[in-house]
Amino acid sequence: MPGPSGAGIPPGERRSGYEFMSRETRAMQDDDVTNPGMLWVLDGEALWNRKDGAAGRACADCHGDARAGMKGAAARHPAWDAASGRPINLEQRINACRVGRQRASPLAHESRDLLALTAYVARQSRGMPVDVAIDDRTQPYLDAGRATFTRRQGQLNLACAQCHDERWGQKLAGSTIPQAHPTGYPLYRLEWQSLGSLQRRLRNCMIGMRAEPYAYGAPEFVDLELYLMWRAHGMPFEAPAVRP
Amino acid sequence: MARAVVNVPATVKRGEIIEIKTLVQHAMETGFRRTQLGELIPRDIIRLFVCTYNGAEIFRAEFHPAISANPLLAFSTVATESGTIAFTWTGDKGFSVTQSARITVV
Repeated sequence: MPGPSGAGIPPGERRSGYEFMSRETRAMQDDDVTNPGMLWVLDGEALWNRKDGAAGRACADCHGDARAGMKGAAARHPAWDAASGRPINLEQRINACRVGRQRASPLAHESRDLLALTAYVARQSRGMPVDVAIDDRTQPYLDAGRATFTRRQGQLNLACAQCHDERWGQKLAGSTIPQAHPTGYPLYRLEWQSLGSLQRRLRNCMIGMRAEPYAYGAPEFVDLELYLMWRAHGMPFEAPAVRP
Repeated sequence: MARAVVNVPATVKRGEIIEIKTLVQHAMETGFRRTQLGELIPRDIIRLFVCTYNGAEIFRAEFHPAISANPLLAFSTVATESGTIAFTWTGDKGFSVTQSARITVV
């Protein structure tokens, strides 16, 4: 299904948001001592090893060392979940594990603990290529995500694709429009003064085009995440990234 | 407990200028923001950062509102002797974090 222009971005012209940043912000991301996302990664490591829930188990009790077991996991999400019969993102996978295996309460979206655990798991995929699996089961959700990306919406009547497929590299006010590749989430945004999820970023964009954002965890958001990850297929994962 | 990350080169030559980088976890609530009900959110910031080199103070910074969350500081000093470089952040609501690093001067 073509976008408004029918163009998309040719594989050779894809650029991570990293390449649109200033030298200073790139240096901040590159060094683990200056990358504030690492504070969440350290918190996440502690949570990974902490027993929780009625089952009295820690993530590490089943999954072992995350540095081995979680390698590549974030680069493969959203991924098919048999229990819910649809693709789920990494945050939902962590909460499914909490409820199903640890018998603990699910963590709230954008809560400090969920961001920390997600950041810790995502950190294990740094440098690996984005590789979401598209098959007969996930194809309809990918198509739904693509439809959301190319559909005009909101009072400004804009589609995601009009900025991120057709006008990347140009300016929106003082900022350079990136290509919207979700390769660094959860990431530390200087504007937020905090780590945030991809869905938080998507809400920002929707509010910016004066559309009503979907709720956190809404299936429309997960479909859009799936489409964006598929669109970034093969690009290196860089979580936790830093963005202006 | 807030986390702090510091980077000090482990082994350096005597007289060399070294760069020290520190990052500390703190929301740095300015005291100027209000809740949706209009109540002022009390200020909660780091007030002071002190770095000592074998007990002698080599760097100090006073923090104020409008300094970013999770403040990152980088500064330099001259490597004079082997020992410990210690870092202390103190602030509102009894905030206090200490961290230290060993340095070997050859």
